[in-house]
Amino acid sequence: MADRLDYQTIIHLVETNARVLDLGCGNGDLLAFLRDQKKTRGVGIEIDEQAIYQCVEKGLTVVHGDIDHELSDYGDKRFDYVILYESLQQVLHPERVILEALRVGKKVIVGIPNFCHIYGRYQVFFRGKVPVTKELPDQWYDTPNLRFLSLKDFRIFCKKRNIKIENAIALSRNARISFFPNVFAHVGIFELSKN
Amino acid sequence: MEGNLGIVETKYFTFAEPPHELELRSGLKLGPITLAYETYGTLNHNCSNAILICHALSGDAHAAGYHDGDKKPGWWDAMIGPGKAFDTNHYFIICSNVIGGCKGSTGPSSINPKTGKPYALSFPVITIKDMVCAQKRLIDHLGIKKLLSVAGGSIGGMQVLKWSIAYPQNIRSAIVIATNTGHTAQQIAFHEVGRQAIMSDPHWNNGDYYGKPTPATGIALARMVGHITYMSSESMDTKFGRKLISKERVGLDFSQDFQVEGYLKYRGDSFVQRFDANSYLYITKAADYFNLAEEKSLVESFKDASANFLVITFTSDWLYPTHQLKDMIKALKINDVDITSCEIKSSYGHDSFLIECDEQSRLVRNFLKKNE
Repeated sequence: MADRLDYQTIIHLVETNARVLDLGCGNGDLLAFLRDQKKTRGVGIEIDEQAIYQCVEKGLTVVHGDIDHELSDYGDKRFDYVILYESLQQVLHPERVILEALRVGKKVIVGIPNFCHIYGRYQVFFRGKVPVTKELPDQWYDTPNLRFLSLKDFRIFCKKRNIKIENAIALSRNARISFFPNVFAHVGIFELSKN
Repeated sequence: MEGNLGIVETKYFTFAEPPHELELRSGLKLGPITLAYETYGTLNHNCSNAILICHALSGDAHAAGYHDGDKKPGWWDAMIGPGKAFDTNHYFIICSNVIGGCKGSTGPSSINPKTGKPYALSFPVITIKDMVCAQKRLIDHLGIKKLLSVAGGSIGGMQVLKWSIAYPQNIRSAIVIATNTGHTAQQIAFHEVGRQAIMSDPHWNNGDYYGKPTPATGIALARMVGHITYMSSESMDTKFGRKLISKERVGLDFSQDFQVEGYLKYRGDSFVQRFDANSYLYITKAADYFNLAEEKSLVESFKDASANFLVITFTSDWLYPTHQLKDMIKALKINDVDITSCEIKSSYGHDSFLIECDEQSRLVRNFLKKNE
């Protein structure tokens, strides 16, 4: 886990002893990492049954269900951080989820894959094909992703919805990207709060 | 490595001797009360490793291991034993027969010491809360102040929920499986068909049949209906389909044709041997009366709940479907209760909690470890 730059980036954003809700927590690697490194009290929401077993094996608290439905049960500002790491593009109502996440969390950390990375652009422009890359390995017919956005798209969305971007970090596989991130970053990590 | 408990024995604890009878929810008093119970494993020196298992409608105190001379182990043997999910090398497991039952605990078939005759219908109506109150007395008797966990499925799950609300300080965690916070009209309806089957059997005789022919037809019929609700359409198709009983074609008369008919008949008839019809009435009523949202909202009901929850349901369980626990999970979330939930994919219907033990074990084993 320690060698994952994306996880390290998130760790730096989260304060010690924070309460964390991880939406689409998968096998719980990030939640367990946060617990071990930052002593966070975490809850995960995950739709995949096999991933639930892996979370429970790591001693995590996890609710089996889908993000669109499970989030609304929580009271206002119940969590210090709500994390949507590589799951926002898979939800049915991303706008509603972001707004709900901002309601139940003091801060929201969103990690999105950049669909306008240079390799993707190359495939669209020169090959006339929807991008399939190492970071976005799925074909159009079997991808779990429902939404396709770039880092720029996400910034525009935040601006329109009056959501404050407290921090924005763009990453490639193994480095931070500050030069044309919308072209060269694979992943964007945004720390959000309500204006 | 998983092992076996070997031969186990049922023990008995008697309390609430007059004039210190147990006051029931109905306001009536019951005493003396005997609870049949079994224990597996060893209680540690600070009494922190005890887990109470609550059984379902037709279960009993014999949850694991073998009784001397028996070929079949206890009803949850796949989950309880050395190296199993409820690991008896680490934990002290307790399982008791509910009051109102007929497997050694005081119930309608027990002798009323005041009359020297079986209680029959003079036995007071009992509730899930009363069952749990009696279990609490047993736990006190065993010297346990705080249970590591209370676990159970179906009506056993209702007892777990009651524990979490009635004695929040006395449990660290709750394992709630395939149950509901209050019976729905459909769940009551199936129970009522069973009760009517018993009560319309002439041998039932207003519950006064001890020492006489028993309402065997009625209770067998009740069990047949019950069994249909415990299975899924898919599991019945897999097990029986339209297969016939040792004949080439259907008889075109009213003899038994299909294997499923024979199976239900067998299930019904074997139940007659091991279960008291009046107990069936009392326990199903207790389940039907159970409603955590009766006097206040679920959120209010769980206000003092402090246990960590593990909630397990099954995809094919149409008797206690997952969505019915949605409001409970919401109430627990609102009350800031630590809750883990999992809907296990299974085709066995409600019976899954007795069958799908690999998946349940993965959850229970690690959940218990977290709560130690």
